[in-house]
Amino acid sequence: MATQHSRSAARLMMAPAVVLLLGWMLVPLTLTLFFSFKKYLPMRGDSLERGLDWVGFDNYVRFLGSSSFWPSVQATLVIVGGVLAITVILGIFLALLLDQPFWGQGIVRILVIAPFFVMPTVSALVWKNMFMDPINGILAHLWRFFGAEPVSWLSDASVQSIILIVSWQWLPFATLILLTAIQSLDSEQLEAAEMDGAPPVKRFFYIILPHLGRAITIVILIQTIFLLSIFAEIFVTTGGAFGTRTLTYLIFQRVIDSQNIGLGSAGGVYAIILANIVAIFLMRIVGKNLDQ
Amino acid sequence: MARAITTQRKVIITAAAWAVGLLIFFPIYWTILTSFKTEAQAINDPPLFFNFDWTLENYAIVQERSNYMRYLWNSVIIAGGSTLLGILVAVPAAWSMAFVPSKRTKDILLWMLSTKMLPAVGVLYPISLIFVEFNLLDTRIGLVVVLMLINLPIIVWMLYTYFREIPVDILEAARMDGASLREEILYVLTPMAIPGIASTILLNFILAWNEAFWTLNLTAAQAAPLTAFIASYSSPEGLFFAKLSAASTMAIAPILILGWFSQKQLVRGLTFGAVK
Repeated sequence: MATQHSRSAARLMMAPAVVLLLGWMLVPLTLTLFFSFKKYLPMRGDSLERGLDWVGFDNYVRFLGSSSFWPSVQATLVIVGGVLAITVILGIFLALLLDQPFWGQGIVRILVIAPFFVMPTVSALVWKNMFMDPINGILAHLWRFFGAEPVSWLSDASVQSIILIVSWQWLPFATLILLTAIQSLDSEQLEAAEMDGAPPVKRFFYIILPHLGRAITIVILIQTIFLLSIFAEIFVTTGGAFGTRTLTYLIFQRVIDSQNIGLGSAGGVYAIILANIVAIFLMRIVGKNLDQ
Repeated sequence: MARAITTQRKVIITAAAWAVGLLIFFPIYWTILTSFKTEAQAINDPPLFFNFDWTLENYAIVQERSNYMRYLWNSVIIAGGSTLLGILVAVPAAWSMAFVPSKRTKDILLWMLSTKMLPAVGVLYPISLIFVEFNLLDTRIGLVVVLMLINLPIIVWMLYTYFREIPVDILEAARMDGASLREEILYVLTPMAIPGIASTILLNFILAWNEAFWTLNLTAAQAAPLTAFIASYSSPEGLFFAKLSAASTMAIAPILILGWFSQKQLVRGLTFGAVK
């Protein structure tokens, strides 16, 4: 059916989507690159109309050299790494559990998936106030019940608290994908292994885990891309204080709070490069899948 | 797995699964429950589970004080508008890629996906600048366009994976029977494509509803959707648990219900067809 006519029709049908996305990618990207080489402090009288000073790689050097840069990289790595570890490990266990036959499977599945549909500002605020508030939060009640001193979660254990909140949001996603992957496992293989006397632990490590490999990789890659840019969860809880200023949040503060557009844009370019490194791996897997 | 399972084993698994499920769901349950308490009961120690006076006053207060309906309406317009606009743009594109694939189809699909990886914060200033320039700041139309663009790759991908599953043979059969291209599309393909389009709409409505970077950064009073409305409760004066809970419950309830219908599509949509 691929005649010349239908080919050009196909191109025409694709055009709006391609043109829109091309514009969405190129226009802001070009502007960010442009600003990253300029001194641009609107609060100090710099303006686009009067032209901006070209400062070469100054902003890039200064962004890396600022005292908040390395702590923000560390915060980003700890938060992303922590959430990934929690969601993947718990996700595997949960997926294994939910794959077993039990009463009320449908309802439990719904309960487990629900947090994914809660908007980030709601889950951050609910956790911050109703759970982690050191006086009235439910965790404070629990701590007092056991005779312990309630913890000021978001100031004393801020990074861990953010990890907990974000993990709660993403655990359903990991579980759901891993569960889908487990369900595609050929049960005859497992039965054969069982009949040959392989204990559950061996069945898990030699059959189930290798089968899940691809799904785990996908979960890690997709979550990494989303987690690198978590924003609302920090915005409404700590506002970047107490060591929770991630790279994303640092850039946000440079651009919005201190209105240093040049410096923030240089940071933005770093963030884009970082995201692309992760993206390359994800695209490879997805691309391979397309060929099948 | 069709293996014989003892009742005892099933009882243990049932107990474990329910325990975990209830634990994960607890924050949502607790929010809903607290929304029906008075402020004093909301912070009672020990926490109250059933023995309190159920009240609807929080919902009335939230609605009255903050004009909840306006935020809700903004959310509906922004999420719905961006989804429908995205579908309008994406259906022809996904359609042509699925049925008239060329050598470059794969590259185009992957390139589209790569635009989704662009970290929002990296282009925050340019987008705000464009918004100021075109008077789009704090308008619904501005957000409709931005959310449409950030979700467009997902919409195209989801539709593509659905369309690709439609057997092409059926088209040939229709053509043999003398169907024109228009009839082909109208009577043969469309009925088969509708379930996929519906799932795509559902998932993208949810994603747009919950989007909380652009909605927080590009709106103020006029166009703010529920994400921004809830964030306004983070100021100290808003520290009323029962009212916060009522506001939260109203913000998440519609999407929780829609979300439960979209479980299956979630996997396909967010893994770009890599896990099905």
